[in-house]
Amino acid sequence: MAQLEARPVGFFTDTSICIGCKACEVACKEWNQLEGNPPKFLADSFDNTGQLDAQNWRHVQFIETIPSAATNGGGAPIVNTPTAAGGQAWLMLSDVCKHCQQASCLEVCPTNAIVRTEFDTVLIQQGVCNGCRDCISACPYGVIGFNEKTGTAQKCTLCYDRLQNGMQPACAKACPTESIKFGYLDDLHKAADDRLANVQKAGFKSAQLYGRDASVYGGLNAFFLLMDKPETYGLPNKENATLPSRNNLPGYLGGAVTAVAGLVAGVLAFRNARMSGTTVEKR
Amino acid sequence: MPGAEHFAAPPNWEWWILAYFFFGGLAGGSYAIGTLLRLAGAPADQRAARIAFIASFIALIPCPLFLIADLGTPLRFTNMLLDASEGGLSFKYWSPMSVGSWALLGFGLFSFVSFLGAVFTPFRGFARGTLGLVWNIIGTGLGFIIAGYTGVLLAVSNQPVWSDAGWVLGGLFLASALTGSAALLLFLARSRRDVDAGTTVRIEAADRNFALLEAILFVLFVVSVAIAGTLTKLLGLYLLLWIVIIIGLLWPLAMTRLDIARRWPPVTGPVIALLGVLALRALVIFGAQS
Repeated sequence: MAQLEARPVGFFTDTSICIGCKACEVACKEWNQLEGNPPKFLADSFDNTGQLDAQNWRHVQFIETIPSAATNGGGAPIVNTPTAAGGQAWLMLSDVCKHCQQASCLEVCPTNAIVRTEFDTVLIQQGVCNGCRDCISACPYGVIGFNEKTGTAQKCTLCYDRLQNGMQPACAKACPTESIKFGYLDDLHKAADDRLANVQKAGFKSAQLYGRDASVYGGLNAFFLLMDKPETYGLPNKENATLPSRNNLPGYLGGAVTAVAGLVAGVLAFRNARMSGTTVEKR
Repeated sequence: MPGAEHFAAPPNWEWWILAYFFFGGLAGGSYAIGTLLRLAGAPADQRAARIAFIASFIALIPCPLFLIADLGTPLRFTNMLLDASEGGLSFKYWSPMSVGSWALLGFGLFSFVSFLGAVFTPFRGFARGTLGLVWNIIGTGLGFIIAGYTGVLLAVSNQPVWSDAGWVLGGLFLASALTGSAALLLFLARSRRDVDAGTTVRIEAADRNFALLEAILFVLFVVSVAIAGTLTKLLGLYLLLWIVIIIGLLWPLAMTRLDIARRWPPVTGPVIALLGVLALRALVIFGAQS
C-alpha cells in the first residue's frame, strides 16, 4: 500500500448517516487489542459502552431528543413526527479523540509523553507516560482514560501504527456507511463543506460542522457534522471550549498576591505583638 | 450569565494527592513562618523559628513519596524532571505539574539545609548569618510555590469547580497553608516548655491574620464556583466538610477569645485548625470529582 504523506490527516464523522452499528468500536478494539470494560446495562438507549476511556477509543452515542410536553402546547409529547424540523430525533455520533490543534492534554503533560506526530495527530507515548493523569483532568472532551494494567493514560492514536504503514484507521475502514471518513485534512474539509450544504438544502437547518474551523481549540483533526447543537452531543460549544492555560497567569498572580498579603500579615503580627510587650505568662 | 459547561472526565486524584496537598502546604507554610520569625520576630522567637524549619522538613519528607505512589507507573517518576522522549531536562513553565516538580526538588534542598542549621550545631553559624538569611528568603519563595501551586494545578484543567475557581484556588491553598502551619507551630510550641510565652502569643496573632486572609479567599472561591453554576458539586454530604472548614477558620479568628474555648486543652485550637486545612483540600479535591 502507498505510504501516507507526512501531512495533516484526520476524521470527518458525518453523524447524519451514522446508523449506530458500532462496527467502529469493534474494529478499534480488535486492532488496538483493547479488552473493553466488563459489560453492563446502562439503561441509556442502545448504549452499553458508556463513555470514551482507556478501553473505549470509539464510543457510539445514542441521543434521543424528544420534545417536552411544554414545547408541544402542554399536551402529551408528540411522537412519530418528522425529524427535520424540531420533532423527535434519534441522534447517533461515533465519538473519538478530536486530535485538537490546541490540545489541552498536550499542553499540561509534564513529561512530554504527549506529542504531535508527523501526521498532525496527538499521540500519548506509552513508553514515556508515567500515569500522572494531568491530561485526563485537562481534556475537555473526557476522551482520555487511565489503564490500570499498564499504569498509563490511553486514548485513540488515530491508528498511528496503521498510518505509518499506509493504512487508514481501523474504525474508518470498518464503517459500513462511510459516516467516518479518513483522509488528508484539506480534502476532508472540502467534503464536509459540500455535505453540509446538501444536508441544509434538504431541510436540516440546524445541521452544522463542529471543529471544521479554528473556533474550537484551533480546529479539530477529527471533526463532525452534527444535526443539533454541540451541547446535545456532550461537546463544548465555542463559549465553553476553553484551554486549561487560561488559568495559568491568573492562578499564579492570585498566589503571588496572597503570598505578599501573607508576608504582610505575618510581619504585622510579629512586630505588633513584639511592640506591645513580651512579658506574657505561658498558658 | 450562563454557567460553564464541563464534559471532562475526573482524573481520580484521591487520597495520595490529598495527603500531598496537606503536607506540602504545611512544609511550605512552616518554612515561610520560620523565615518571618527570623526576620520580624523577637530574639526569643528564634527557638520557634528553628522548630518551624524542622517541622517544614519533616512535613516535606513524605511528599515525594505520596506523589510517586499516586503515579500509574511509579518507577517513571524521573520523567517529571528528565525528558525520556527526547533527552535532556523536562521543564514546561506552562504546566503547573512540571513547575511543581522542579519547585519540590529545589525546596527540598533549601528545607534540608535549613533543617540541618536548626538541628546540628556545626551548621548554626551558616543558619544565623547573612547567607543563611538569604537562603531562608529564597527558600520561602519556593515554599510559597509548593504551598500554592497545587491550587493552580487544579485550576489549570477543564474540571468543574477547579477551573471555575480560576485565580482564587492558588491563593486559597497558600493562605490555608499559612493558617495550618501557624496552627502546627502553635501546637508544637504549646507542647514544649522551652518556647517563650510571648512567642506563642505572636504566633497566635499571625494565625488570626492568616485565617482572615483564608476566610476572604474562601468566600471568593465559593462565589466564583456559584457564578459558574457548579457549587452543587460541593453540597450534599460535603456539607460536613464545610462545617469543619468553618470551625477551623473561626477558631483562630474568634474562639480563642471566648471563655468556653479557654477551658479546653491548649492544643485543641491548633488541631481543629489543622483539620480545617485538611477538610478544605478534601472538599476541593473530592467534591469536584464527584
